Formats: sequence, C-alpha cells, structure tokens
Amino acid sequence: MMDGMDESNDLLADGSGSKEKPEETVDLSTDTTLLVDISDALSEKDKVKFTVHTKTTLPAFRQSEFAVVRQHEEFVWLHDRFEESEEYAGIVIPPAPPKPDFDASREKLQKLGEGEGTMTKEEFQKMKQELEAEYLATFKKTVAMHEVFLQRLANHPVLRIDINFKIFLEYEQELGVRGKNNKERLSGFFTRVSQSVDEVLLSNQKDKDDFFEGQKTFLVEYFNRIKDATGKADRMTKSHKNVADSYIKISTCLVQLATSENTELEKLVNKLAETLERVRKLEGRIASDEDLKLSDTLRYYMRDTSAAKNLLYRRLRLLANFEAASKVVEKARAKNKDVQQAEDAHQQLAEKLDRLTDTAKQELTDFKARRITHFRKNMVDLAELELKHAKAQVQLLRNAITALKEMS
Amino acid sequence: MATVGSGGDCSIGSGGRDPPPPLLFDEENEEDMFSSSHESLKVNQMDHGEEKDDDIFAEAKEELSLDSPENDWSQSTAKTEGLPQKVAVLPSVTAASVTSQSLPKQPKNGVKDISDDLDEEEEANKYSIEISVTDPKKIGDGMNAYMAYKVITKTNIPDFRNSEMEVYRRFSDFLGLHEKLVEKHLHQGRIIPPPPEKSVIGMTKIKMSKEESSSTEFVEQRRAALERFLCCVAKHPALQTDPSFVDFLELEGDLPRATSTSALSGAGVLRLFNRVGDSLGKMTYKMDESDQNLSWSCVIYYLQCSEDYEWFEEKQQQVESLDIQLKKLHSSIETLVINRKELAQNTGLFANSAAALGSVEEHTSLSRVLSQLAEVEDKIDLLHVNQADSDYYILSEFVKDYVGLIQAVKDVFHERVKLYKAWKDDEATLTKKREAKVRLELTHKADKIGSANQEIAEWEHRVEKSQEEFQAISKSIIKELKRFERQRLKDFRRAIISYLESLMENQQQLIKYWETFLPETKAIA
Repeated sequence: MMDGMDESNDLLADGSGSKEKPEETVDLSTDTTLLVDISDALSEKDKVKFTVHTKTTLPAFRQSEFAVVRQHEEFVWLHDRFEESEEYAGIVIPPAPPKPDFDASREKLQKLGEGEGTMTKEEFQKMKQELEAEYLATFKKTVAMHEVFLQRLANHPVLRIDINFKIFLEYEQELGVRGKNNKERLSGFFTRVSQSVDEVLLSNQKDKDDFFEGQKTFLVEYFNRIKDATGKADRMTKSHKNVADSYIKISTCLVQLATSENTELEKLVNKLAETLERVRKLEGRIASDEDLKLSDTLRYYMRDTSAAKNLLYRRLRLLANFEAASKVVEKARAKNKDVQQAEDAHQQLAEKLDRLTDTAKQELTDFKARRITHFRKNMVDLAELELKHAKAQVQLLRNAITALKEMS
Repeated sequence: MATVGSGGDCSIGSGGRDPPPPLLFDEENEEDMFSSSHESLKVNQMDHGEEKDDDIFAEAKEELSLDSPENDWSQSTAKTEGLPQKVAVLPSVTAASVTSQSLPKQPKNGVKDISDDLDEEEEANKYSIEISVTDPKKIGDGMNAYMAYKVITKTNIPDFRNSEMEVYRRFSDFLGLHEKLVEKHLHQGRIIPPPPEKSVIGMTKIKMSKEESSSTEFVEQRRAALERFLCCVAKHPALQTDPSFVDFLELEGDLPRATSTSALSGAGVLRLFNRVGDSLGKMTYKMDESDQNLSWSCVIYYLQCSEDYEWFEEKQQQVESLDIQLKKLHSSIETLVINRKELAQNTGLFANSAAALGSVEEHTSLSRVLSQLAEVEDKIDLLHVNQADSDYYILSEFVKDYVGLIQAVKDVFHERVKLYKAWKDDEATLTKKREAKVRLELTHKADKIGSANQEIAEWEHRVEKSQEEFQAISKSIIKELKRFERQRLKDFRRAIISYLESLMENQQQLIKYWETFLPETKAIA
C-alpha cells in the first residue's frame, strides 16, 4: 500500500507522468499483481479521454494485459460506488480526482489572441509559449490525479477486489454513466445537506472511544486549516507567475529601446533585456515548482482529510444506530416482546461496529503515516528546488554584472 | 591648448588679408571667424561691394571691443560655463584653407569636441557637490499644513559661502527654483531637469492625515524625487553655479513663497494657455529654408542652418522615439512593481495559514517544520517588499526621471524654433522697411527718408541680435545634447548594474533562508 502510494506520490509531484524514478525505489515488497496506469490521454474540446492500462496476474481478470478508454464521469461513478457501499464503510475511500478544468487557460489564450495586435511578434510568441506550457501543465496534472486515484484503489487489499473496479478496468464499452441529471443532482445536494446536518447532531454524540473522539476533533480542525492553506498557496503561486510574466513586457520594451540607441547604450540595454529574460524563466520554474510541491500537496491532503472525515461520520452514524438498537433491546425486554428480534439486530450492529472500528483505526493510522511521508518528501523537494533556482539566479546575475562592468 | 592671446589688440582692418589671430574665442564669437573667412572667400572668388565687407568687419570690431576687459569676460564665462578660459583650437586659419564646407561643420569639428570634453571633465574633477534631502517634517495643521525637507549640501564650489550648509525647504520652493532656472536658462539652450510632479492626492494626504503613517510612503517617494532633482541640477556645469540655485541651497530662513507655482493660481492657468498656444505654434510653424529673399549675409548662415537643420531634425526624431519607448518601458516596470507587491502580500497570507496549519498538526516534527516554513515565508514576504522597492526606485523612478528629462529636451528644441521664428520675423520686417524706403525714394518724399533709414538701422540691429540668439541656442543645444548623451550612458549603466545587484542580493538572502530550512525538513521523523 505504502509503496504504491510512494510511487503515485512521485507522479503527483512530478506531474509529468514519467514513470521512471529509480532513486525513489519503493520498498522490497513490490506488489505487481495489479498494476494500473494511464498510458495515454487525449484532450478533445471539453472532454479528456484517458486510456486506462492494466497489467495483472490476478485470475479474476479475463486477460493479463488490457486497456480501456474512460472519461472523468466514469471515474466519479467508480468513486461513488465505493463511497456508498456499506461494505467499505470503515475505509478511507481515495478521493475522486477533480474535473479537468481548462477554462482558465483557454480564456487566457483567447485574450492573448485578441491582444495580438498590440504587441511585438517576439512578445506574442513568448506569451503564447507561456500559456501553452500552462495548458500542458494543467493537462499533465489532471492525468496524474486520475492515475493516483486508480493506483490507490489497485493497491488497497480490500478495494482492489471490488466488482465495480473490475468492470471499470475491463469493460470495453462505455459504462453508460451519464452525468447526473437534475433530479439526481438535487437529491445529491439534499443528501449532502442532511449529511452535514447529521454531522452537527453527531458532533454532540460523544464517542466513548478516546482515539476516535480525538481524531474527530483533529480532522475537523485540520480540514479547515489545510483548506485555507491550499487557497493561500494557490494565490501565492499565481502571483509569482504574474511577476515572472511581467518581465516579458519589460524585456520587449528594452529591446525596442536598444535598437534606436548608439552602440554603447545599445549593448547595455540588450544585456539587461537578455538577463531579465533568463531571470523570468527561472522565476517561472520556481512558481511551477512551488505549485507542484506545495499547493498540490496541500490540495491532495485536503481531499484525503475530507475522505477521512467521511469515514468518521459513517462510524458515528453506525454508533448512533447501535445505541438506538440497544435502547430497543431494553424496551423489548421490559415489555417482553420481540426480544429475540431486537437482540439479533443489536448483535448484528455490534459486530458491524467492531469490524468498522478495527478497520477504521488501521485506516486512520495509515492516513497519518501517508500524510507525513508525503509532506516530508515534498517539503524536502521544495526546499531543494528553491535552493537550486536561487543559486542559478545568483550565478546568472553575477555573470551579467561582471559583463556589464567590463563594457567600457 | 592654444596659447591665449591678450584680448584687446585686434588688427583686422578692412581688406586685411591676414588670418585673424587666435583670440579668446568663445562659441558666441564664432561669427567673427565666419565673417573673416567669408571675407576671404569673397576675395578669392568674387568681387563684391566694399561696403558689405565693411559692415561685416565693423561687426567684428564691435564684438571684440565689447569684450576687451579680460576679467569681465572670463568671469562671465565662468558664471555661465564655469570654465576659466575657453579656447577654440582652430587650425591655422588661412584665407585659402577656409572653405564654406568647413564652416557648417564647426559644431561637429572633432578637435573642438575633444576640447569640450576635456574642459568639462576637468571641471567635474575640480569641484564636487553633494546634496541630500532628508528629515521630512510636517509643519502646521489642517489646510495650511505642509512638509518641510532638510536640504544638506557639502561642496567646494567657490560660489558658495560655506562648504557645508543646511536649510529647510518646502515643495513649492523646489518648484520656484525650477521656474527661475527655466526663465534664465531655457532660451540659452540648456536642458533643465524637471522637478517632481505636483500631486493633489499627496498634498491632501499630508494635510489631512493625523498621524505620519498614511502619508509615509508618499512622503518618502517625494523626498527621494526631490533629492534626485537637486543632484541632477548640481551635475549641470552651467546650472550648478546659478545664483538662484546657490541661494536655494544656502539661504537660511524661508524663501519668498513661489505663489505662481500652485496648481490653481491665475499664473498657473495662464501658463497652461501658453503651453497650448505653444503646441499649436509648434505644429504649424515649420522652419522653411526655401525663402528666396535671403540677403548675402544670410547665405552663410543658411548653409550652416541646413547642415544643422538635418542634424536637429534627426535628433528631434530620435528624441521623440526615445520618449515613446521610455514611457512604454516605465509602464511595464510599474506593472512589475504592482505584481511584486501583490506577491509579497500573498506570501504573508500564506505564511499565516501555514503557521495555523502547523499548530494543529498532530505529528510533532511535521508540526515544527510547518511552523518553520511559515517563518521562512514570512521572511520571504519582506524580501519581496524589499525587491519591489528596488524595482520602484532603481528602475521605475529612474526611467520616469528620464521621461521628464526628455520633455525638457523637447522644450529646449521648441525654444530654438521660437528663436528661429523671431529671427525670421525680424528679417521680414526689415525687408518691409527697406521696401518702404525704396518706395519713398521713388515718390521723392525726401523728408521721410531720414526716419526710414533710422528704422532700417534699428531693424538691422534687431535682425543681427535675433540671429545671434538663434545661433547661440543652436550651438548650446548641440553641446547640451552631447553632455546629455554622455550622462545618459553613465546613468543607465549605473542603474542597470545597481538593479541587477539588488536582484542578486535578494536571491543570496533567499539561499540563506532555504539552506537553514532544508535540514529541518529532512529531520521529520
């Protein structure tokens, strides 16, 4: 499980979809019985088509290697099947990948096209390149997100044998999962509302188990703060990109200025333009690295925390039902009517609760371990990359200053 | 440098073929050179009426005699040029060697240029002046409140009474100084650095704010701008010894209020109208060189003008395009400043968020690292603010100053056009007077001829004067532009290197922060 997570962490961090990362070799117990990856992706107008490729030694599957094409809605369908199933109530269900969103990039590209007349050819080219790179990065990220989701499922001992998962991986036709129609969306909305109302009611429900009580307090607070941190990190990285992009216009103006100057001044100004262009590229890299290592990590764990909260909610629900059943038993015994029935029901719920409690404890411990490993790795990567880029900039600037001082 | 002959003894008689001795020539006296070589030209090529020669030589004699007392002359040049004595190093001027071709090239004569540069550099090395504007203080309350700035000067220029002085000045004093400098120096063809802009918003901030904080940023920007203005004036060899400038720096106590500088005064409005009128004038009046009625004495000048004319046209176009490009550059730098300030703010917000997250995190070492990340980002916030300031002061304000200077260059070009127009107008009037006289002669109105002759003499004198002024300003502008270009190269170089150094320093600081953070991250259990 952990191994698979590490691998997918790399992919998440890398965002390039590259599979080879020898230095990140995972643990000894590599489980190759079910390997899932997204081998290809196609962006078509509004839709992205993912090619889900599976390699397996499990007998449950018809073939040992195969691939199908899936769209985002089908991933969401799969997630919902897990989330709604009572069988997996005690498991932290891997969060569904976010919907591919190219609107922002597309809008920017369009605006650029409209403003083409007002800028020089070089400036236009540079900005176009930047936007295309942004588009590509968004694309790679969405592929990585979808892949991580599947890989977590494939590595989970219980979730991987689910029938719906098998269908998802194997069934060649479209799953016929249309997007929710209005009625379903509305009912989904109400379910969520009632869930949160329930959560409030249940928050008054004291969990006799200290572990879970503590986890509940922690996760609720943690979720709020990580959500805030994710938003702020996003804004910071965006500002950083804006700063980098502002150098484009400055370099363009400097080059124009240089062309009408006498030789000495021309050299100076051109040197500045060239240096700022390089600075820009570095700042752009910093912004995208921060996005990957910092914002994306925070974002992923925000979602995972939400999934963990859902687990707690399910447990509390079950606990409430169990306590209600206990009362029914008491009443039945008092009236001496339907006692057996009540006791059976009570017994069932007791077993369910025990099973869920055990699984949940393990899942929550795993969640914490996963979180810590992931954060550690990305913090280290972040710090190393920041250092690398800062050193590169110092070098670049030092050379430029020396060159300028030597000019006349 | 050529030897300096003593002033008074000029033996240029009419018909003299001797080359004029290398006298104490200043640019202003160059027409002497022209007239004498003109004379020799004519001697070589054609015979004209003696009287014309006489007129010219009469002029020459007149010029020289006016300048005979050496002391006065050198002092006046010291005042205007700040130089002990300026000598035009001319190759031996023989009648034959001086051709019309070399005349127009005078301003571009390489030898002359070098001596120019040498003189100026010597000048720069001889005296030094350091000015700083500090310690802004709010004086008064409410609507009458204003900021007073301490101006500290250290110098060894002899025109100043002391070598160190300290005075308090308010913003309108600076504007008043600029106005006086413009009055005295613009028509002499000097580029006068513009003062910082008036700002109604800033003025309101100062008057209305109860405490210092809300106007601090504006006051700091203004203080820096005022300092740059004074330093720019001080760098100019002619302006640095101007008595108004000297008074500004050393006169204790308040200067008389420059009331005409306020934005809403009657004088201000009048200035606005004049500006508009001028611009209209600029658009419609073009220097037309094809006037056929030029007299002989104007032919030489025509030749000179046509060479200069091209030079000036070219320069004007260069200045125009420089103006446009600098303005674009300035606007793009302003965007950078805004974006960087936003980045600083967002970094600070993230730092708070990360700290909050860290305090809730249950795993102790991760919690500690998150707190440290928050600290690092907080420091980076300040770094970004620092860098935004560098972006602003080293680049943005620098480019803006140059946009202002370019406007001053355009102003001086415009002044030249005005003087040209005045000269041509005077010439036209002179022609009319002469025609009137001819008509009088034809109609035998002998009694009126006397006064007509008087008027003609008067106008001839006026034409001479306006011609001189025009030539003087042309020469001065050429010199000023050269100085301007040299200064510009130095300034740009300094600013570019300074900016890159600021970027580098900030990156080095970043390295320190991340280097302390990295081992902590690795220590997460």
